[in-house]
Amino acid sequence: MRRGPWLWTAGLAAYVFLYLPLTIVVAYSFNDSRLNAEWVGFTWHWYRELFQDQDMLNAAGNSLLIATLSSLSATLFGTMAGLAIHRYNFKLLNFLVLAPVAMPEILLGVSLLLFFIQVLNLTLGMLSIVLAHITFSIGFVAVIVRAQLTSIDESLFEAARDLGATPWKTFRYVTLPLILPAVIAGGLMAFTLSIDDFVVTFFTAGVGVQTLPLRIYSMIKIAVTPEVNAVSTLLMLLTLGMIVLASRFAPDVLKGKI
Amino acid sequence: MALLELRNVTRRFGDFAAVDDVSLSIEAGEFFTLLGPSGSGKTTILRMIAGFDFPDAGQILLDGKDLADTPAEKRPIHTVFQSYALFPHLSVADNISFPLRMARRDPAEIRKRLTAALEQVRLSGKADRYPHELSGGQQQRVALARALVNRPRLLLLDESLGALDAKLREEMQVELINLQREVGITFVFVTHAQVEALALSHRIAVMNQGRVEQVDEPARLYGFPRNRFVADFIGHINMMEAQVAAAGHSHLHLAVAGLGEIVTPLQKDVAVGDKGVFAIRPEQVRIGLQADLAELKNHFPGEVHSLLYQGDVSVYRVRLPNGKVVEALLPNAAPGRAELFRMGAVIKVGWRHDAGVFLHE
Repeated sequence: MRRGPWLWTAGLAAYVFLYLPLTIVVAYSFNDSRLNAEWVGFTWHWYRELFQDQDMLNAAGNSLLIATLSSLSATLFGTMAGLAIHRYNFKLLNFLVLAPVAMPEILLGVSLLLFFIQVLNLTLGMLSIVLAHITFSIGFVAVIVRAQLTSIDESLFEAARDLGATPWKTFRYVTLPLILPAVIAGGLMAFTLSIDDFVVTFFTAGVGVQTLPLRIYSMIKIAVTPEVNAVSTLLMLLTLGMIVLASRFAPDVLKGKI
Repeated sequence: MALLELRNVTRRFGDFAAVDDVSLSIEAGEFFTLLGPSGSGKTTILRMIAGFDFPDAGQILLDGKDLADTPAEKRPIHTVFQSYALFPHLSVADNISFPLRMARRDPAEIRKRLTAALEQVRLSGKADRYPHELSGGQQQRVALARALVNRPRLLLLDESLGALDAKLREEMQVELINLQREVGITFVFVTHAQVEALALSHRIAVMNQGRVEQVDEPARLYGFPRNRFVADFIGHINMMEAQVAAAGHSHLHLAVAGLGEIVTPLQKDVAVGDKGVFAIRPEQVRIGLQADLAELKNHFPGEVHSLLYQGDVSVYRVRLPNGKVVEALLPNAAPGRAELFRMGAVIKVGWRHDAGVFLHE
């Protein structure tokens, strides 16, 4: 089929719409001016400023810690959930694990807040944020792991048992190596979801702990400063890096190669 | 005592009995085949022997011991899967040594057996390759080596030659026969390909709708099918309605409407007046001119109805006086000549009095 000029134009417009705002943020983070109005000249100044801002560094540290803890846990539980869904073909379990993926974040945030305070009687802080992030990441990991599992010939697991492997050894020597790429991809996905989450974090953070997205939000309440541009640029780089890494490991299903 | 024994094994899926009261006994060292169309229950039997499925009733015994409480991984029974099920993340060497490592054999022993196994299936040069780098035939041999390396009591093969092309299939058949003789392990082979079953097996169990129709050596199965299903499923066969007219001390006399009398060997459980079919293989039917067939007890006039030239043989379809068409197989010994008899030619059809069988309805 010949693709007409209209298709090309529409495609281009979509990409401009998607990436122009990001490009502007990146460009202005190097702009030698306090105002996001006109290009003055190139500078590293805002990045230097950023690395001297103790509050910002604390927030970044918190974000990394939360992302690491929550993505590791979500990977463990998500993998287990993916395996269980695949094995037992239990529709309700499938629904329960995947629902948070589609649930509006605001709903998740509010309900987790109520749950932590009224049911668990928990003081909001690092722990509540980590728990909240695990909750919404598990589904993503489970989906990716299950997608990988469906692409594996079921007779491989039977062959392992047939040849003398106990269920545990079958998992250790056959299942795990075969789903490992999906597990890693899921973990990286969970990490990126955690590091840039705003809504759920906003509801579950309480007053003591600040994460990078929360910090950025509190800064732009005054004005979008070049410092915000700089930190946004760094966050974007980290996220993009993670996505590229994740897609390397991701099963073919997620790369659209069905 | 039989190595493996199935006693009244039944397996139901809902209302459907996939395996219906099957009893079999398989001797040590035997090449035993379960043959049947798809859905006849043969694969379900194999899965129950391996331990992936369990009988609803009946017992499976190995060396006289009930296997019910032995999980798949503890049974000294290994399987060559239809898809081979080679582990894609492991090299040929790691695939083959997998069962040895699972059994915690010591490293020196593993190395020794691995080397021997690789040699046995002629893959010594491919030890470090991965399954996807091998041809179908090579993958098949890795699967065989892997299933045999820990010396199981029983090797199960599930339609294992099904994925190979015709030429390679024949080569692998010969290899399988040789391998089985070499290792002396009992093979249980599942297939729907009757030619393969006849070529490979010491004994064959023909299955149909979850039941065993007949268990016999290939030549007996082919020559003396017990019923219409077995006769029809294995090879080609001509059938015509017949009734037992008389039973002599060595022969039966059958009456065939519009044709006359047919003489065929005496069989057990047949009484005068029984109705059924007379069945005879195309290669036992002879056609020729009047004089050629005069010495045969069974001969009738016929007319050549059609002819299929197949290279090595020609299949003649001949119409008998009662309108029934029988097939006769003639080898094409004389080169370059496709037809000995023209269509419409009036000839004689006959067969020996010790050929054919009478089958009850």
